[in-house]
Amino acid sequence: MNQVSYAISRLFRFYYDGFRSMSWWGRRVWVIILIKLFVIFLIMKLFFFQGFLSERYSTDEQKSEYVLDQLINSK
Amino acid sequence: MFESIDFTLIDWSRAQFALTAIYHWLFVPLTLGLSFIIAIMESLYVKTGNEEWKRITRFWMTLFGINFAIGVATGIILEFEFGTNWSNYSWFVGDIFGAPLAIEGILAFFLESTFVAVMFFGWNKVSKKFHLISTWLVAIGANLSALWILVANAWMQNPVGMVFNPDTARNEMVSFWDVLFNEVAVSKFLHTISSGFLLASMFVLGISAWYLLQNREHILAKRSILIAGIFGLLSSLLVAYTGDNSARTLSEAQPVKFAAFEALYEGKQNAGLVAIGILKRSDLKIGEKEVNDFAFRIEIPGFLSVMTKGDKNAFVPGIYDLVNGDASKGILSVTEKIERGKKARDLLIEFKAAKKNNDTQKAEGISGMFRDKKFIDNYFRYFGYAFLEKPEDVIPGVKTSFYSFHIMVMLGFYFILVFVMALYFLYSGTLLKKRWFLWIALWSILLPYVAGELGWVLAEMGRQPWIIQDLMPVSAAVSNISSGSVMTTFALFAILFTVLLIAEISIMIRQIKLGPKH
Repeated sequence: MNQVSYAISRLFRFYYDGFRSMSWWGRRVWVIILIKLFVIFLIMKLFFFQGFLSERYSTDEQKSEYVLDQLINSK
Repeated sequence: MFESIDFTLIDWSRAQFALTAIYHWLFVPLTLGLSFIIAIMESLYVKTGNEEWKRITRFWMTLFGINFAIGVATGIILEFEFGTNWSNYSWFVGDIFGAPLAIEGILAFFLESTFVAVMFFGWNKVSKKFHLISTWLVAIGANLSALWILVANAWMQNPVGMVFNPDTARNEMVSFWDVLFNEVAVSKFLHTISSGFLLASMFVLGISAWYLLQNREHILAKRSILIAGIFGLLSSLLVAYTGDNSARTLSEAQPVKFAAFEALYEGKQNAGLVAIGILKRSDLKIGEKEVNDFAFRIEIPGFLSVMTKGDKNAFVPGIYDLVNGDASKGILSVTEKIERGKKARDLLIEFKAAKKNNDTQKAEGISGMFRDKKFIDNYFRYFGYAFLEKPEDVIPGVKTSFYSFHIMVMLGFYFILVFVMALYFLYSGTLLKKRWFLWIALWSILLPYVAGELGWVLAEMGRQPWIIQDLMPVSAAVSNISSGSVMTTFALFAILFTVLLIAEISIMIRQIKLGPKH
């Protein structure tokens, strides 16, 4: 148990020290990463990209039926 | 159903996918190649113990980190688009697309995320060897991530290893190995990653050239040029070799695309490869599509036949042959393929009716036919043709295909020349005096990006009208959503990606100007 907590603590310190001593460019790109992830996952995914089939149909059977209709009702 | 989908929606959905893919591909290739260059440089540091190599490694690692961080997750947007704008396609491809993408996600997360942290935070905290192994694992992991994406893309170009299940309206993977070792996937993977190596080498060469033009960082610049020159030359030769392989596999899997990128209308034996050419309009038409003629061309006699079949007497079919068919050469006409596609679709209609009438026996019988090899080879493989209105619909944009292919190939030869010259001038000790070459090297940084994007334009526009070769055209793949919402997200993506690109370039330029000491 002690060995496990020692390893976790070392791992934590590794990342903690790494982030603390990060250079100017490192801090800057992390800000960009966080803004980007916010825009992609919280704005775009939530408001614009919810998934066409998932939004309309709750079961795989309904989705299959819809796509099958799409495939066979062409000219 | 499809009558209600307007072409504005298809065009905007395609434009949006193109925009996101093009921007995504501005970030990816540098990561693929620079990770290996850094690993080579760090290996030299560990082997020699020379601190200068460590300084050089850390400098290029900084630029790698900026590019990696800005580019990360930009590919996720493409997956959003599949689910929203291309839902019929997403459902139809089933787990074939999902499995490689899931493996990519796991690999990217565990391999890259873990070892990228060691790469950047681990200097002087972990042993030299462990740090070096981490750097190599990041390089290998990044390239393996690309493998899975390219396997998925190659399946769209040459669908193999699956059967269609009419009950679920999805394709189901029957052989993972057929999907993985799909010949298009193998050549596409090697061609794409080697183009990334080439791009990164030109990036390192160009920035090193800038330092020499500024008369600073001589040791870093010369050592970097040595590594980039060798790695770049080997990569550009590999790009040429794998490009040749790619063309051979395309001539089998996507013959219309192959004929389009050579603007070959009439098939022939001893077909020549156009080295340089300019297209012009002709008075001829195939259906409603105009036929292009050459205003000027320089041809390498017989080379196209040799390239495709290894024999100069081999017949290479042209667009006319592929549209009209040629029974003597075993080429089916598009009209015949449309008929066969419609038969497969009619069977699907019967299947649906049988299910509706609870005629289980009939439904199971039809379902079994979709697993029958004879039916698959003769009918289902032409399923997508049922959606086409006219035979000439199978012809992609010939001008776009022709110019993107030929400019890409010309740039490929240019890159070989630049790397040879860089190594020669470095070896002869005249590099500093050749300021004209240093300027060329600096501005050449942009050209592999152009070549890479042209490669994707060729791959994706050259295979139109198909989203999945012969099985599904883009018109059948698109979701029935409002084109207004696609336009809105197009604008959002354009803004987001442009901001990211500006951020990347400005942070990189700042770090390059600061140089390795900082």
